[in-house]
Amino acid sequence: MKYLSEYRNFEATKKVLDEIHNITTREWNIMEICGGQTHGLVKNGILELLPEKIRMIHGPGCPVCVTPLNLIDKAIELLEQGVIVCSFGDMIRVPGSKKSLLEAKAVGGDLRILYSPIEAVSIAKKNPDKEVVFFAVGFETTAPANALSVLHAEKEGISNYSILASHVLVPPAMEAILDDELCTIDAFLGAGHVCAIMGIQEYYPLVEKYKIPIIITGFEPLDLVQGIYMAVKQLEEGRFELENQYARIVKEHGNKSAIDVIQKVFAIGDREWRGIGEIPNSGYVIKKAYIKYDAEVKFNIEHIKVPENSDCIAGEILRGIKKPNQCDQFGKKCKPANPLGAPMVSSEGACAAYYHFSTNLTD
Amino acid sequence: MNIEDIGFETINLGHGSGGELTRNLLDKVIFKTFSNPFLDQKHDGSIVKFNGKIAISTDSFVITPIFFKGGNIGELAVYGTVNDVAMCGAIPKYLSLAFIIEEGLKVSEFIKVVESIKKAADESEVLIITGDTKVVERGKGDKIFINTTGFGEMHPNADISVQNIKEGDKILVNGFIAQHGMAIMSEREGLEFESTLESDSTNLNFLVKDLLDQFGKKIKLFRDPTRGGLGTVLHEIANDISKGVNLKEVNIPLEKQVSAACEMLGLDPMYVANEGVFIVVVDPSIETEVLVLMRNHEKGKNAAVVGEITNEHPNKVVMESLIGGKRIVSPLVGEQLPRIC
Repeated sequence: MKYLSEYRNFEATKKVLDEIHNITTREWNIMEICGGQTHGLVKNGILELLPEKIRMIHGPGCPVCVTPLNLIDKAIELLEQGVIVCSFGDMIRVPGSKKSLLEAKAVGGDLRILYSPIEAVSIAKKNPDKEVVFFAVGFETTAPANALSVLHAEKEGISNYSILASHVLVPPAMEAILDDELCTIDAFLGAGHVCAIMGIQEYYPLVEKYKIPIIITGFEPLDLVQGIYMAVKQLEEGRFELENQYARIVKEHGNKSAIDVIQKVFAIGDREWRGIGEIPNSGYVIKKAYIKYDAEVKFNIEHIKVPENSDCIAGEILRGIKKPNQCDQFGKKCKPANPLGAPMVSSEGACAAYYHFSTNLTD
Repeated sequence: MNIEDIGFETINLGHGSGGELTRNLLDKVIFKTFSNPFLDQKHDGSIVKFNGKIAISTDSFVITPIFFKGGNIGELAVYGTVNDVAMCGAIPKYLSLAFIIEEGLKVSEFIKVVESIKKAADESEVLIITGDTKVVERGKGDKIFINTTGFGEMHPNADISVQNIKEGDKILVNGFIAQHGMAIMSEREGLEFESTLESDSTNLNFLVKDLLDQFGKKIKLFRDPTRGGLGTVLHEIANDISKGVNLKEVNIPLEKQVSAACEMLGLDPMYVANEGVFIVVVDPSIETEVLVLMRNHEKGKNAAVVGEITNEHPNKVVMESLIGGKRIVSPLVGEQLPRIC
């Protein structure tokens, strides 16, 4: 709670904002990687308080937004097969090719909203005659808990539990964005909570290869403006370094126990990103030793493939090429109540953040 | 009330049949608890007399779990409707009370709900004057659903209407927001977390009456931001009057534990449901006096001025954040969903 008041302090934040105004001489494009940061920037009205020359580009770090349509259809298929599907909350309203999980629930699917995959293992234990699947999406942040649920099920001898995994990794996504010829990004705010798990070591090579500042940044208003200040300062001084604004949470080598659990259950493999396509070595896949906990294999749903909605420009949004309000469908055909794509659903999605909070909306 | 006197432990389909079992349930539980001259007529309905205009409001209560920290579905069904009638600028007098019970409900639980209804009705000074009891098959309900309709006499000084709202009018709330929703959330399956959060479910009719007694027509509007929370209700008001609302986040009364729970679950307290909370829109000339009256009342100790009406951005609610930035408070879409990380 201390951090809530300390890092939401008006004077402290204003002081840093004033500094940003003082040192900014040129136009800079800074991408915040994480959806939580996008949410924080927009919810606190920070975008308007920045100098006009600073343009924030909203990155791909919203787990819901980058989960491919296929996965939603696979989860719905499981519901229709009578499986109890457990999910984090913001996944359930994302439209699949025909319907969302919420709509599948309305016609009889047994869908449970949980905060922890361990809870899903308990549900499996309580319902031995039913299959229970946890929809394990997310970045490195949620991977330890999902891996732990598998280890927990193994230890307890629970055989009716498995996970529908779609874990993606931040560094390969950053690389894919930087390799794009349309990329205009001058600096990154790195995803604080991802680094809390993984540490910051894997970002040094990116800084070197692309000669770009990366500031590992937190989520409170003061964190965000400090991260932006550190990025602008580097850019103005012609430096490119890895810096850690979020040192109160993020350690150089991350959380070893969490990394051990991830590595026990998951291996690195290719992953499809919604709107971006397949990125090599960009996600976690379940290791062979734990294949019986892989819902895709267990229920033979690997074959399900569907094309993305052609009206949704999620790919361009997630790569920072377009802003949400530059989409023709924004606020018209696509609204939170009737989203065309995931970025309009999750509260961390760039489109939803713009729709809900931005004061620059046209009616 | 003693379960032994009642003679059965579980409510079954027969209790909704209209026959002997129904009569038994009504006599031993309902009529005994709520006895008053109107109800005791045991007629199909009740005949009551009012002076002048009346306000009527109906609401159905389907909350789960039915018992939660700080309350249960019974008192909620009374307070909810009493408050809705009060929000019209009326003095609640009578309630109808209808149950839809899922067979298998324990009589002990039913009695607990009924006793709680009685207590809440007494506190609010309303009489239960007519009612209904139906029983549905197992799986066709969720333990118990309650519908209440409230009838109230309009306060002679009241002129409550969104049309009376003008630019510069002040918006106050009577206390901490988001308590009820977070208390319920803390007990839902899969979301349980340890807290001492309690629902703020309570009756607001006496505070409303005091405000009308003293300030009359200078009170423009009462609203209770139940489902959808403060954010959604303020947005509705802005839309209804084609004016804007300016809020300051720093002034919104939010208890620390509720704020922490919202942070943890990734929920915005502006959209979390309330029960014992109302907003009042008043003429700016009485802002301070209203605040003082509310803070001196048991149900308004944490009252605060949270914002004002503006012509600047019609139909929009704009909140100044703690750090001085601005954002739109849009209405809630569907249920608020917990975030992944």
